[in-house]
Amino acid sequence: MAAENVLRIENVTMQFGGVVAVNNLSMEINQGEIVALIGPNGAGKTTAFNVVTGVYEPTNGRVQFQGNTIIENHPRGKMKKLYQGENPEVFSNVISKTPDRITKLGIARTFQNIRLFKAMTVFDNVLIATHMRSKANVFSAAFRVNAAEEAANREKAMELIEMVGLLDNAGDIATSLPYGKQRRLEIARALATKPSLLLLDEPAAGMNPQETEELAHFIVKIKDDFKLTVFVIEHHMDLVMSISDRIYVLNFGSLIAQGTPADIQSDPLVIDAYLGTGVS
Amino acid sequence: MTEKNKGSLVSKDTGKAYASGDGKAFAKRKDPHRGRNLTLTVITSALFIALMVWYQKNAYDHSYAISIIERSAIYAVGAVAMNLLTGFTGLFSLGQAGFMAIGAYVTGVLTIPVTARQSVYYMNGIAPWLEKLHLPMVPAMILGGLAAAGFAALIGIPVLRLKSDYLAIATLGFAEIIRALLAAPMMDTITNGSYGINNIPGYKNMFQPLLIAAVCILVMLLLINSSYGRAFKAIRDDEVAAEAMGINLFRHKELSFVISSFFTGISGGMLACYMRSIDTKTFQVTLTYNVLLIVVLGGIGSVTGSIIGSFLINGGQEWLRFLDEPHAIGAFQIPLFRPGFRMVIYSLLLMIVVLFWRSGIMGNREFSWNLLFQRRRKKKAEGGET
Repeated sequence: MAAENVLRIENVTMQFGGVVAVNNLSMEINQGEIVALIGPNGAGKTTAFNVVTGVYEPTNGRVQFQGNTIIENHPRGKMKKLYQGENPEVFSNVISKTPDRITKLGIARTFQNIRLFKAMTVFDNVLIATHMRSKANVFSAAFRVNAAEEAANREKAMELIEMVGLLDNAGDIATSLPYGKQRRLEIARALATKPSLLLLDEPAAGMNPQETEELAHFIVKIKDDFKLTVFVIEHHMDLVMSISDRIYVLNFGSLIAQGTPADIQSDPLVIDAYLGTGVS
Repeated sequence: MTEKNKGSLVSKDTGKAYASGDGKAFAKRKDPHRGRNLTLTVITSALFIALMVWYQKNAYDHSYAISIIERSAIYAVGAVAMNLLTGFTGLFSLGQAGFMAIGAYVTGVLTIPVTARQSVYYMNGIAPWLEKLHLPMVPAMILGGLAAAGFAALIGIPVLRLKSDYLAIATLGFAEIIRALLAAPMMDTITNGSYGINNIPGYKNMFQPLLIAAVCILVMLLLINSSYGRAFKAIRDDEVAAEAMGINLFRHKELSFVISSFFTGISGGMLACYMRSIDTKTFQVTLTYNVLLIVVLGGIGSVTGSIIGSFLINGGQEWLRFLDEPHAIGAFQIPLFRPGFRMVIYSLLLMIVVLFWRSGIMGNREFSWNLLFQRRRKKKAEGGET
């Protein structure tokens, strides 16, 4: 069972001071699935992403990736008294990894508020992501001993740029691109780290309906081409409902529903908290 | 103008006209103007070398110009090293003088001829283990650089957790500690304390410092254009995103800090050989500010900018020297022209440059023939349109 779960989030609670941003969240994502996390603004979706990618250390809980525990924590120090969540006694280990090590394990992400390398070209943005898997040390890189590897990386970066349709913009400064293209560039950059799990944080934000539809096809395509598992946060319900295998719904930091798109659409709790009655 | 035309114009303006359309060529960094650029580079280098040879041949008449060029080359190494850290990794450090002092003292102490040592250390005596320890100039400089890099590695562990201004203050403090340490009475038999050291053998000719500077800058340039250099730039642009791309922040910051300090140490060693006698006063904060000035003037994030800045600052200070001498119109002595006026004008010029060229002379671009030609073409196009 555990081996099948690419990502397994167990009882994760993230508390900032007295605010519980994510409360006792448990999720499972299986190989080859597209799983969506939805919920109103401020529900704790991005916080959950930040816990999985190592940006935040959770107050309590455990995250397993491909059967290995990558993050585990329990209320410690000041949090011992302040902790308002559940299951404070379940976890005993403290395991934390920096974001770069988690990326190296094969979890790549994009950001809700686009974080491209501003002063660099589109090409360099993607090329940077290949640095992590490079075997060169600083001397062999500086003195071009790794020329073959470098050439391969450059070619691969170009392929990815071509795939996301930014070939004509390869030499442009990243932030000069329109919003939709910047989003695609972020995905290309994430793919360049050779992930097995891709986390997309609102990839369709700011896109028009046609771009959103293209994005839906694109996500399915890269999932198949790169044998990925995709975990996506999104507000565009059309996109979520059309591509997701399963959906989790967060509200005020707690999970209120999970299931297939059809289940979620008819769930009274979800309709009340998020979807509203207008959606059929 | 159709939308398509507009697009091609824009890409031309950003200097990447050859990029669009042909991905393979772009990935392989093919440049259509390669032949022309190579010719131009060869011609300018030949002219520069010819000028240097001519200076060297008439070294006696041009000792002043030679010394300015040598000092510019030395400061250029220091400025590029600082740029590697500040301009390319986004770490604002003010420890330059400290690392230069380490490099300078290691180089200086090791290169003083053994026969001259007793006279240099006549006040305090010399440590017995050091008495016969002598190294040629270049190995001594490398050792000086390594010593600076070693110190950087040590203080980098606590200090690199800090950001921007805080890092600057911490490294500034470190530089002062180094200066105090070098002058401390306990170090008298090694650094000669507050007396400083002299009798450091200078350069045999002006090509020595120029060549060392060229090699140092070339190595740094190679590093900046490697995948590590790109990782540094990624950290500068966005730390969170860089980390999410698998770049270990601490490791890369430490690496940049150590490499920058290594070359700063070498520039300190070069300075010691240039000045031939040094004491701890040489390495006051002013030295750091001078290097910082060059970096800012040349353009933060531009290697060629730092080199140009170094020659401008070092040359400019000297070219303006006529302002310190009395001048008269007819019988009237103009009261402004007196010693010190030079610095007023110099500072004023710097303020004007910073005000009107906010990102320095080069910004974060590098000099290239393509850039030069594009500028001209752009000007022509603008002239044609209006």
